[in-house]
Amino acid sequence: MLQYSLRRLLIGAGMLLALSMLIFVMLRLTPGDPIDAYIDPNVPMSPSDLVELRDTLGLDAPLPVQYLAWLQQAVMGNLGYSIKRPDQPVLSLVFSRIGPTVLLMGSAIVISIIAGIASGMISAVRRNSVVDLSFSLFAVTGISSPPFLSALVGLYLFSVYFDWLPSGGMLTPGRDFSIADLLHHLILPAALLAVAQTALIMRYMRSSMLEVLNQDYVRTARAKGVYEFWVITKHALRNALLPVVTLIGSTIGLAIGGAIFIESVFNWPGMGLLMVDAVENRDYPVIMGSTLVIGACVIFVNILTDLAYAVIDPRIKVG
Amino acid sequence: MDTMQQAPDTILDVKGLRTVFRIRSGELTAVNAIDLTVGAGETLALVGESGSGKSVTSLSVMRLLTRNIGMIAAGTVRLKRKNGAVSDLVSLSEREMRRVRGDDIGMVFQEPMSSLNPVYTIGDQISEPIRIHRGADRKAAMDAAVSLLDSVGIPDAVRRAGQYPHELSGGMRQRATIAMALACDPTLLIADEPTTALDVTIQAQILALLQKLQRERGMAMLFVTHNLGVVAQIAHRVAVMYAGRIVETGPVAEVFRNPRHPYTMGLLASMPKIGEASRMKQAGKKLYAIPGMVPGLMNMPKGCAFEPRCQFAKQNCCEAVPPLFDVNRHHQTRCNRWREISDEIGQ
Repeated sequence: MLQYSLRRLLIGAGMLLALSMLIFVMLRLTPGDPIDAYIDPNVPMSPSDLVELRDTLGLDAPLPVQYLAWLQQAVMGNLGYSIKRPDQPVLSLVFSRIGPTVLLMGSAIVISIIAGIASGMISAVRRNSVVDLSFSLFAVTGISSPPFLSALVGLYLFSVYFDWLPSGGMLTPGRDFSIADLLHHLILPAALLAVAQTALIMRYMRSSMLEVLNQDYVRTARAKGVYEFWVITKHALRNALLPVVTLIGSTIGLAIGGAIFIESVFNWPGMGLLMVDAVENRDYPVIMGSTLVIGACVIFVNILTDLAYAVIDPRIKVG
Repeated sequence: MDTMQQAPDTILDVKGLRTVFRIRSGELTAVNAIDLTVGAGETLALVGESGSGKSVTSLSVMRLLTRNIGMIAAGTVRLKRKNGAVSDLVSLSEREMRRVRGDDIGMVFQEPMSSLNPVYTIGDQISEPIRIHRGADRKAAMDAAVSLLDSVGIPDAVRRAGQYPHELSGGMRQRATIAMALACDPTLLIADEPTTALDVTIQAQILALLQKLQRERGMAMLFVTHNLGVVAQIAHRVAVMYAGRIVETGPVAEVFRNPRHPYTMGLLASMPKIGEASRMKQAGKKLYAIPGMVPGLMNMPKGCAFEPRCQFAKQNCCEAVPPLFDVNRHHQTRCNRWREISDEIGQ
């Protein structure tokens, strides 16, 4: 198991390296020149000054050389400085934003896993009942509404129309920090971010559970006199979870896309908002840094998923 | 048979069992008017081809039919339980029935791979009924599971108990499911085609094991199979099923030697016999096969279900379902013409 984990981590590091090259090249392929970001348009600059600035910043070197220079610093933990706020190292900027995002996404993931698995199970066990049908209706709605739409509808309903929840931010300005205040701000964006994923997990869980409930070993469990509750939650659930675990791992990457929308709509001070700002301002080092950190998180979550899979299914040989 | 009192050693006594399947357009009768008894230490083989209703019968006894689809419509299933009380399983509450399953009745299924849960260890699955029915703690139940594995002939039982189903061979797995069925010392063991999915050599071992365990424990055994060779080897009595009804029942030796129902005769005639193959080939003869097909549940004949395929059928055979006739005290057949047929073929 340890060897397997280490190997997966090594592969993950390789993927991260490939990702960094990809972003580096892709950023340069976009129209515009990074030098523009350093120039104050109100101050006239001669062409020779421009060449000199290019030279000092290393922007005249070939792309691979620039990349290697960036990589050399990056492995030592230096992701450069923000162009917009030159006194801010990218790494500390990213780290100051990572907490809120992890909180938001983590809550959304926990909500969607619990709600998705539970509702999928109930749907399968009470197949074709009113409960099943209403869950299915929710799922179809949830899967087919894009986050920017559901976020706006949710914002209108719960903040504007009913006025139950705050419309943005993470804490009430001017008030002392309290968990209750944080939760009050967290619940709406987290729930909205969870909608699509809950719906997806629910659908998978339902079909997986229906399949498992027809298996011989479920009948065997009943033939042993196992309580129906345990037939479902012990014998069937663990088998039905196997495909769902893979799904959860692979949709977390998707959820990040949703998080960027939600953070923008709710003005949540996280990575998504940081990235959107950075792109708007052509802040190359920040785009690089934040994309890499998000990429690292996705890769890490996928490794965790694989490990979880090996724990749940004894047939998976690790090592 | 009808006048029989519940003998002191009768474990299972099924009377007039009718099981139906609900479909959109109404009900289909899967098995009908099933009467059978199994005594302590006795093995009754339930024989028939696919769709004859033998598995539905065994699942009805366990009340494990698919909920909302399969349903017992009539009859009684009386079981002598471990505490000596006799219960009608048909009228038990689901709660009480759960106590019967795995405790008073153990069941072994056909596919040893798919009938074991792939994500739990063998020991965990065998000890589960002990924990449920005896309230044993994890440790005690696991110790019991290990000794059960030992008693079904699995070497290195301690190590095996910690393994998962995929780590065991087919024969081993079936031994494990037998251990699981026997965990609470049931009075009745139902074996639903337990050897069908196994190699012939393993089949013989499993049959010998079941016989040995039955003798040691004095259990009643209801053995469902389509294999007449297996019946001859393991059973004391046999009940032949056709299209949802028992068509002939009696002691194995007698039924096999003097079958009194054309279907049983056909089944026995279509069994290859050792040493005959080359002779038949030389004579240009083929192995006998019963002509025609089993009628579907949707279009069951009004009279004898075997009539369309029966070479002895007469006009009156298709008027009403024949009752069971006594050939002698132990041997019954559901054929109107059994006497004439025996005379015709000169027995």
